Amino acid sequence: MKDQQGMSIIVKTVTRVSVWLILLYGWYIILHGHLTPGGGFAGGVIIALAFLNVMLAYGKDFTVKWLNIQFLKDMEAASITLFLVMGLLGISFGGAFLANFLGKGKLFHLFSAGTIPLFNVIIGIKVAMSLFLVVWVLADIDSTKGGEL
Amino acid sequence: MPIETWLIFTMGIMLVGSIVALEIRDVLSAIIAIGIVGLAVSIAFLFLQAPDLAIVQFLFEIFALIILVRAFIGKKAHEDSLASNKTAAVVVGVVLLAILFLCLPIFRALPPFGEPLFITSAHYTKMATQETGAANLVASIILDYRAYDTLGEVTVLFAAILGALTVLRTSRRTQKGKESK
Amino acid sequence: MILYVLCFALFLVGVYGLLTKRDLIKIILSTAIMGYAANLFLVLFGYRHDATFPILTEANAGQPMVDPLPQALVLTSIVIELGITALLVALAIRLYQKYATFDITKMRSLKG
Repeated sequence: MKDQQGMSIIVKTVTRVSVWLILLYGWYIILHGHLTPGGGFAGGVIIALAFLNVMLAYGKDFTVKWLNIQFLKDMEAASITLFLVMGLLGISFGGAFLANFLGKGKLFHLFSAGTIPLFNVIIGIKVAMSLFLVVWVLADIDSTKGGEL
Repeated sequence: MPIETWLIFTMGIMLVGSIVALEIRDVLSAIIAIGIVGLAVSIAFLFLQAPDLAIVQFLFEIFALIILVRAFIGKKAHEDSLASNKTAAVVVGVVLLAILFLCLPIFRALPPFGEPLFITSAHYTKMATQETGAANLVASIILDYRAYDTLGEVTVLFAAILGALTVLRTSRRTQKGKESK
Repeated sequence: MILYVLCFALFLVGVYGLLTKRDLIKIILSTAIMGYAANLFLVLFGYRHDATFPILTEANAGQPMVDPLPQALVLTSIVIELGITALLVALAIRLYQKYATFDITKMRSLKG
């Protein structure tokens, strides 16, 4: 037991497998947001919960090394810019801000509904990154201390 | 059983849960009670034919519980001096009950349950699948017809999370500065 | 109508907590309760008797659907609610670090 942070080896081994399944499920929910219940908001929370699972099982230091927090911060700030860029593309190609300028495709197919799946992906990334960052910052605070500032 | 009975049952659970959450002394019990209320809301959404909302409410409730438990567990907030002012509580309760009874005519004037106005949405339910190509009408509304709303919503979420991060990170930096001195 | 009244009663429970509690944790929980009541009220408006959920499948094509518009509005509202909760929690933690209490009557420099 070199690594004292985190939980026991059983939890770590299970987490090593389950986190990928949870991430896969999250992406499934995001990509099928225009066909089934779900979408960017629900899938984003599932992805954030997968990262949280890793953080609970392995401890904070490992997670910071594994995930590259600065990259997550950049993604969070970039996703809202991407949303705006998609809106501007709607002006140039569709004639209105946030217009649905791509082809509609066939109903009930995965690649259909124009820009709606793209917006779902952007919102999913945004929600996942921002919620995980909140938990990451909250993990740092010492909840027993008080009255020192 | 008709849907009204199930919904009244669920809302009864929610009322009891919220009163327990506000009146109980233990912090962890209060947070668990608010979790029960949130999950009851999720079940109510399922009864009201809103599976999208049920999924989102369920997941966000779990996340809110994690945040609340992480932030507030083990803190002694409820000393004896913290018992709220009894007179003020009674006065506020009476006033709120009076407001509830005074508002009863308003609810009678609203469209009855099960028969919505359905003016704008008639167009959406008829035309949305042809105009956007999405089978999920809720997704087609929030990301196509009313994508501007969603842009504002993402901005609000960005601002709120940024505020939380800033507030918490400033405190951490001051702590580190004190330790190094 | 009884459903509307119960929903409004839930909202008033939240208002009661907001007005009478002195504990910051209870105030945050009160705002959460008010949010639940508002969301549920909006979705109650959109329900139609004998209608299916607003997602087209092969099984329910052609049948009447419940109103999708309040559901779309509430979907964004739930997300914003979590953001607001996170912000309030962060502010409460900061206040605890400064005053070592959650009792709002004891935070003296906040008094006007």
